[in-house]
Amino acid sequence: MSYLQLLKLASPEAVVVVTALVLLAVGLTIRRRTVDATVSTMPLDQNASGTPAAMPDALGPICCSIAALGLVVAIGTVLMLPRNANLFGGMLVITPLTCLFKIICIALAFFTVLLTTSEKAPRHPGEYLALVLFATVGLMLLVGSEELLMIFIGLELLGLSLYVMTAFDKTDVRSAEAGLKYFLFGSTSSAFTLFGISLIYGMSGTTSLAAISENLATASVQPLLAVGLVMTLIAFAFKIAAAPFHVWAPDAYQVAPVPSAAFIASASKVASFVVLGKIVLVGFAPLHGAAAWHAMVAGWSPVLAALAALSILVGNLVALAQSNVRRLLAYSAVAHAGYTLIGLVAGDRDGFSAALFYATVYAITLVGAFGIIAVVRRETGGDDFSNFRGLASRSPLLAGCMSIFMLSLAGIPPLAGFFGKFYIFSVALRAGANLGLLWLVGVALLGSFISLYYYLLVLKTIFVDEPPLPAERHVDVQPDLLLRTTVAVLAATVLLLGVAPEILAARILAAVP
Amino acid sequence: MIAWTIYITFAGAVLLLVLPRTFARWIALLTTIAGLALGLIAFVRTPIGDLAHFATIVRVPWVPALGMNYHLAIDGVSLTMVLVTGISAVSTVLFSWDVEHRQNEFFFWLLLVVAGSYGVFLSADLFLFFAFYELVIVPKYFLIAIFGSTNKEYGAMKLTLYSFFGGMLVFIGILAAYVTAGSLDMNQLAQFQFNPQLQSWAFPVLFLGFAVLAGIWPLHTWAPTGHVAAPTAGSMLLAGIVMKLGSYAGLRVAMNLFPLGFQMWSKWIAFLAVVGIVYAAAVALRQRDLKFVIGYSSVSHMGFVLLGLAAATALSVSGAVLQMFSHGVIAALLFAVAGRMIYRRTHTRELDALASMNLGRALPFAAFTFVIASAASMGIPGFSGFAAEITILIGAWKTYPLAVWITGAGMVLVAAFTLRALKQSFFGEAEPSVLLQKGRVALDPDWNEQQSITAAEKCGACLLMFATLAVGIYPKLLLDRIMPAVESMRFLK
Repeated sequence: MSYLQLLKLASPEAVVVVTALVLLAVGLTIRRRTVDATVSTMPLDQNASGTPAAMPDALGPICCSIAALGLVVAIGTVLMLPRNANLFGGMLVITPLTCLFKIICIALAFFTVLLTTSEKAPRHPGEYLALVLFATVGLMLLVGSEELLMIFIGLELLGLSLYVMTAFDKTDVRSAEAGLKYFLFGSTSSAFTLFGISLIYGMSGTTSLAAISENLATASVQPLLAVGLVMTLIAFAFKIAAAPFHVWAPDAYQVAPVPSAAFIASASKVASFVVLGKIVLVGFAPLHGAAAWHAMVAGWSPVLAALAALSILVGNLVALAQSNVRRLLAYSAVAHAGYTLIGLVAGDRDGFSAALFYATVYAITLVGAFGIIAVVRRETGGDDFSNFRGLASRSPLLAGCMSIFMLSLAGIPPLAGFFGKFYIFSVALRAGANLGLLWLVGVALLGSFISLYYYLLVLKTIFVDEPPLPAERHVDVQPDLLLRTTVAVLAATVLLLGVAPEILAARILAAVP
Repeated sequence: MIAWTIYITFAGAVLLLVLPRTFARWIALLTTIAGLALGLIAFVRTPIGDLAHFATIVRVPWVPALGMNYHLAIDGVSLTMVLVTGISAVSTVLFSWDVEHRQNEFFFWLLLVVAGSYGVFLSADLFLFFAFYELVIVPKYFLIAIFGSTNKEYGAMKLTLYSFFGGMLVFIGILAAYVTAGSLDMNQLAQFQFNPQLQSWAFPVLFLGFAVLAGIWPLHTWAPTGHVAAPTAGSMLLAGIVMKLGSYAGLRVAMNLFPLGFQMWSKWIAFLAVVGIVYAAAVALRQRDLKFVIGYSSVSHMGFVLLGLAAATALSVSGAVLQMFSHGVIAALLFAVAGRMIYRRTHTRELDALASMNLGRALPFAAFTFVIASAASMGIPGFSGFAAEITILIGAWKTYPLAVWITGAGMVLVAAFTLRALKQSFFGEAEPSVLLQKGRVALDPDWNEQQSITAAEKCGACLLMFATLAVGIYPKLLLDRIMPAVESMRFLK
């Protein structure tokens, strides 16, 4: 194994890292025209309406194009990878599944970069975008590894980048607070993970998922193993914001810069589900257990089932009481993590692909929704319900796209979310003998019934409520064509994946081993 | 070719989004007329023998990995429902001719409801069916919440949540059928022997889910509130088409898939149906708002449909399908008179207020229409309501004689509230102070000659009246097509 060969197989990651370094260099060398403002303690809403032109004139667009270009090249290199490869006992794995999800993660990062062009721009676009790219590398490592240590490194790289991205808005104390919260919860969960991994290592004598599975094949669920298992799962429950490990999410979603929130909600989640799926389905395959009603067997599936049920209930019920669209999305994200977990609880190949399909669709939807939030923030200076009033008369296109996103999340046909739910629920019912998982599906359906109410409230605000008087409105910034196109493309994708889900579902199904 | 009803209607909806508003109402009208024409062509040209089975029209693989097909089929029952959808849709557009506020959007949501309904009536794949079924829910919300009147946001949300709740129950039932039988093809599922234990719980869940939309007592409360909150077009669509989705689906899916479950539960359905008929009629008798009267009368009439289904003889089920057609037409007509002809001109629907206006002389055409609609609604021979209800009652006699007795008594209540509404709204005793002139109502200062009944309204009303008369005088027209299709279903006793 020569270094050249290694570099070839890790070329997508290398491309992204190099792009990030270039961005850092550009950010340092090109002189900024505006002077950094001092940290203000004003609440965000008043602040964001301030000077939208704070963005350095040329630097932002240049950095965005570099980052976007780098990501496109990275997708190209992913496509040129060999079909199958396995380095260092699973540290770097290339399979159709990893390639597919590297592409999906990079694409989501790409859209995040496009969002960056609009939002009250970060003061240091070079550094900000470099962080996005580092986080993307973390995602790619996560997706492309079947070895616990490497996965941990990926998690940390991702986590550390995200903490900073969350707190990046230096002018807003609440952004810093959200970042700190995220960091404290995140680092605690990392400690849990490391502890869990070390216990697993102690029991099985290896950190490679395939080998763990072999070594545990005959093991029963001993207390020590159970502790290790649960602790490992906690880390991912934290990453995907499943209740009760979701407390960081509402703040991060609400006050982090919009692109950061979009990234946390989309790419980071998809990658976490890929890894979680691989860990439980490959590594812990012998410890599956069963989550069927009246027939629970100890293992990871009852744990995930409990997390799923709790997330669905907590997420949906708390979302009912929100008056801020981003916070509402955060709680609904908790619920959606629950739905997706059901796919994993079902286990096997079908369950995994259903979960991945759902997670991907969800990620696309949320990036789009955050794109709209970015526009609304720019135009009205906030993202409460009241800021969305009369959006339909202001911008029919955005209103239409938002209704596509919200209704897809609620699971209304012909949008992708509907098919995703049908897929997951049907797989779950088929998995347990004798419709054993019916209880979980019932909880999920109840949850999505509740969710329609608050998604409709958002749409009601947009379509039914009268727009605020012109005097109340802030001066419009010139319409951002790029951002609107991005949102429209994402909405079209959600519609397309609903009408022709085969496009994505068949690919995922074929890629899942 | 009948499949084009779906495509044309969706295409019309999309066109509405891109074309300017000058074309909006014409696009909507042409689209719905095309749908009705396609339905009529199929009605005339398809040999009656071909309508005895749910015969495939289109079948294309959709998501092969999960066994989903884009699969449409038609039989006599579906064809009847497609026809009533077409008729209601055309008349709805005609009665919405003067909608000015956000016109494109209005007709967009309206066409989505129509297209989704065509889809439900023609789907032969369970997933496709469910997708169309759920697709109809959200446009109703916008139609009511944006364009409605009295308490519109509450009514819209209530209606949507009830529908969606029903949808969730349906979801469970459909998943259970799909996972157990491993197929989504409705014809295959109708042959599959589900075990009785599954049927005993899956049937009530599925049927109840559908029945929410059909307005089964005690889950009917969305219907009066929704009808009242909705704009005229919304009420017409709700009563004319959407409530039929529930009863049609109960017949096509729930009863056909789980015949044993149906046998276990049919007497409960009959019980709820009878309670619904009598209860809603009694409530309607006490309402002051004309739209509430009609809203409750819808619940009562849908009770007949459910009773016909529950009795499960070929005659009673055919009668139920005929009643779906008949009520679709009659309710649309009643709402058109109450919501459009009367309300737009007097700005009130309060029976007490209307009673003082003597509208019978001011709006003779509206009065004539309302008399016809009321007669049809009461079940006077010669109108479709009579043909349908008598078929149901004769058919149900063998199975549930007691229910037929009670329902017969309930029909007196129906006649009572209909006559009360008719008398108060059009033939009230005018107070002497009110100035009366032909074509004018002095109570409303905005009244002018332009507000006499428009040509569009006349066309719509005539279409609906023609439909109810044609079927009333010659019910064999539809029954010949419905009966064989019903007889081929396996739940019959």
